[in-house]
Amino acid sequence: MDIRTMINEETRTLEVFPGESLAALLRRYGYLEVRTGCDTGSCGLCTVWMDGKPILSCSTLAARAAGHSITTIKGVGKEGENLAKFLVAEGADQCGYCSPGFIMTVLSMKKELKNPTESAIKHYLNGNLCRCTGYEGQTRAIKKWLVSSKGA
Amino acid sequence: MCYIGQSIEKIDGMAITTGEPVYTDDRELSDHLYVHIVRSPHAYARIIDIDVERVKRLPGVELVLTHEDVPATRFTAAGQSFPEPSPYDRRILDAYVRYVGDPVAIIAADSKATAKKAEKLIRVTYDIFDPVLDPKTAIEHKSKVHTEEDLSCHFDFGCRPKQNLAGSYEVGYGDMDHALSECDVVFENEYSTQAQAHAMMETYRSTSHLDEAGRLVVVSATQIPFHVRRITAKALGMEEDQVRVVKPRIGGGFGGKQTMASELYAAIVTLKTGKPARVVFNRKETFSMSSSRHAFHINIKLGATAEGIIKAIDMQALSDTGAYGEHAWTVLMVAGHKSLPLYNQAIAARYQGQVVYTNKMPAGALRGYGVTQAIFAMESAMNELADKLGMDPAELRLKNIIKQGESNPILEGSSESASAKLESCTLNRCIEMGQKKIGWQEKYPRKQISDSKVRGVGMAITMQGSGIAEIDSATAEIVLETSGRYTLKIGATDMGTGCDTILLQMAADALKVDINEIDVLTGDTDEMPYDTGSYASSTTYVTGNAVLRASEDLKKKVLNGENAPVTGSGYFSGDTSPPPFIAGFAEVEVDIDTGHVQVIDYVAAVDCGTVINNNLARIQVEGGLVQGIGMALYEDVQHTSRGHMMTNTFMQYKVPTRKDIQGLQVEFVPSYEPTGPKGAKSIGEVVINTPPPAIAHAIANATGVHVRSLPIGPEGICMGIIKQQSKVALIPDFVQSKC
Repeated sequence: MDIRTMINEETRTLEVFPGESLAALLRRYGYLEVRTGCDTGSCGLCTVWMDGKPILSCSTLAARAAGHSITTIKGVGKEGENLAKFLVAEGADQCGYCSPGFIMTVLSMKKELKNPTESAIKHYLNGNLCRCTGYEGQTRAIKKWLVSSKGA
Repeated sequence: MCYIGQSIEKIDGMAITTGEPVYTDDRELSDHLYVHIVRSPHAYARIIDIDVERVKRLPGVELVLTHEDVPATRFTAAGQSFPEPSPYDRRILDAYVRYVGDPVAIIAADSKATAKKAEKLIRVTYDIFDPVLDPKTAIEHKSKVHTEEDLSCHFDFGCRPKQNLAGSYEVGYGDMDHALSECDVVFENEYSTQAQAHAMMETYRSTSHLDEAGRLVVVSATQIPFHVRRITAKALGMEEDQVRVVKPRIGGGFGGKQTMASELYAAIVTLKTGKPARVVFNRKETFSMSSSRHAFHINIKLGATAEGIIKAIDMQALSDTGAYGEHAWTVLMVAGHKSLPLYNQAIAARYQGQVVYTNKMPAGALRGYGVTQAIFAMESAMNELADKLGMDPAELRLKNIIKQGESNPILEGSSESASAKLESCTLNRCIEMGQKKIGWQEKYPRKQISDSKVRGVGMAITMQGSGIAEIDSATAEIVLETSGRYTLKIGATDMGTGCDTILLQMAADALKVDINEIDVLTGDTDEMPYDTGSYASSTTYVTGNAVLRASEDLKKKVLNGENAPVTGSGYFSGDTSPPPFIAGFAEVEVDIDTGHVQVIDYVAAVDCGTVINNNLARIQVEGGLVQGIGMALYEDVQHTSRGHMMTNTFMQYKVPTRKDIQGLQVEFVPSYEPTGPKGAKSIGEVVINTPPPAIAHAIANATGVHVRSLPIGPEGICMGIIKQQSKVALIPDFVQSKC
């Protein structure tokens, strides 16, 4: 079946296979920035936005994207890149495999939470697993980024 | 400008974090087949009959392979230098299946959906055997996991399949009975460590195709491209030079990608069909059809004088390698070699180990490689010994640890005639630093916080190695191009660790050029000089030394007037494996009503020699600590009584989340390793070893309950508390019987 959807502000008509996840659909159409890690909605790697809100694309049926707007890290422009720079500056990029989904969740957090405490940051991001960094480097990067983007 | 010691950003950082297509599964592969592996539902069985006729008739199916269609060659999937010290006990597909998940058939189809549909059409008749599941009864078990006649080993490392033994090892010095007779206090107990999953974020995957000259190209998320080249050629009956292995960016490895998991399935499909093939393990396959940490049972006996001098250390280990013997003997060996030298006052030290086959997913290499297991036993026992002596456990360590300049006969690099010397070590200062940072004096051993909350502190020390002495090797090349720029070519495999970047820092310093004038090329066996790969904590030390030698060679050639392009080449293989050290200190808060444990502070004081890149080294430490915290408290690969893995998703297998981590303090206490590149030693593995024993110690100090089996769940703590209370109050039998 074909669906009409908006991906990174571009209107697309995409063929969806029965039972296909949004993550699989996006990768099949070349949105390779969407990575998957668990197939059970547990790791957060596949996080994209639907209508501006973070969702797990591995646990969302592709057909549900019909009539909605999907945003991947390639659709958030400079803000995602700016946050990535803070991760890299902290050495908290490591293997980088979880980073695109993680960045999408952090950007949502910034929209939702005003001046979050460290524990609020951790609570918001708890669904994004990382096996390399031990998380603390990511937290340092986010705090520095929040301070810098406030000043900007 | 000096780059060594600076926090240079990882050169691939922006690409990997912003979603550029730089990993294995992101690469273009035209008209490829999807490879699906049909797996055994039984822990141990023989395939009597396998009917694939209906599968072959399914439209879209290109190829079905069973054990009758693949080369009969046995090999090991372990990524080790040839001749590998792992038994050749594996075939691509075998008539026997030895664990739930062992491959039964390979299907290649034009889509994933077709391949999965095809699986349902296969009819397999099995003769099911009684599986061997408990390593403690494996040797006497009437079932033998390997009955094949053609299992072979390169040398005798104790592999005795008729007793379900994959290997055995013994090392030691001194007269144990005499040493124990001189001791005033002897402490003995058994400690157990569980199978742990790597749980790297990028699952196992590879692709393969034939190039224009008909050579096989395998693209894989692997730590060991050169070993994959050799093993692939062997398993498929090809010449090694007909195989090219390409390693793109890797989404984490932790040793998992030091054992081949997916490559051969794609490669054999390409060879049989001539078409490109792709295999991507899902998370369930990654958890249950690859490898894990070897689970260990260790009995340890410590003898000390009343003054706290440790005279005798005697360890017996039983390791579980599961269905195949990848890394079985070497993990067993390393456990003894990289734990016993810590306590150099001992006049007798002995380590004896056996590693057994069982019908479970094979174990393999995982960060720490046996040392993590041995350190849990040894350091837990040291803490209990300190209690018995009435000594501060930190003081017990300071009295007994090996010091810089001392020799130990078990240190890697020792021979029968001469003990290797420890050239660099600040472990004593690490212990003092850790005490200060955790607030040992004020907090040891416990503080009551409220009626139900109590805090305790605990500690442990550890060592590891830097590469495998006389076996690991690396060659690096640096080319001065005609453009005036430089190209650094290395065969080491950056799996997120940042080794491409730190090796670049070393080259830039050695050549005294700007870091931006050097391009780093890695990850292709056709293009790169040979390197055993990134494992065994080798890359900083082994490849780093090769890079420095290549820089010197290039300088010499340029000074001799050679014209660009000029290639400087450097080879390195260590005579020793200089150990990095860590003193780890944990502070935990235990809820004595629920048994819930929160690690509220963890201090790691680290001697990794010269710190090449502060940020990247710090993150290595933090990441390793958190994996160690996971091993201490949550992570556990579990099987049912029929051998089915229960923990094959992130819903069941619990890795730490960011809310589990409250405070990590990393302090570097650098030594200078004279054989290391600019004084550096390794950092990658040593970081995982201290949390399990330090956290167990902190919990024991908080509650009085010594948990000697990992992971330490709330049940074990609560039942231990109930047991203690039962000394004063009666509790029902059924509660006690669960303990």
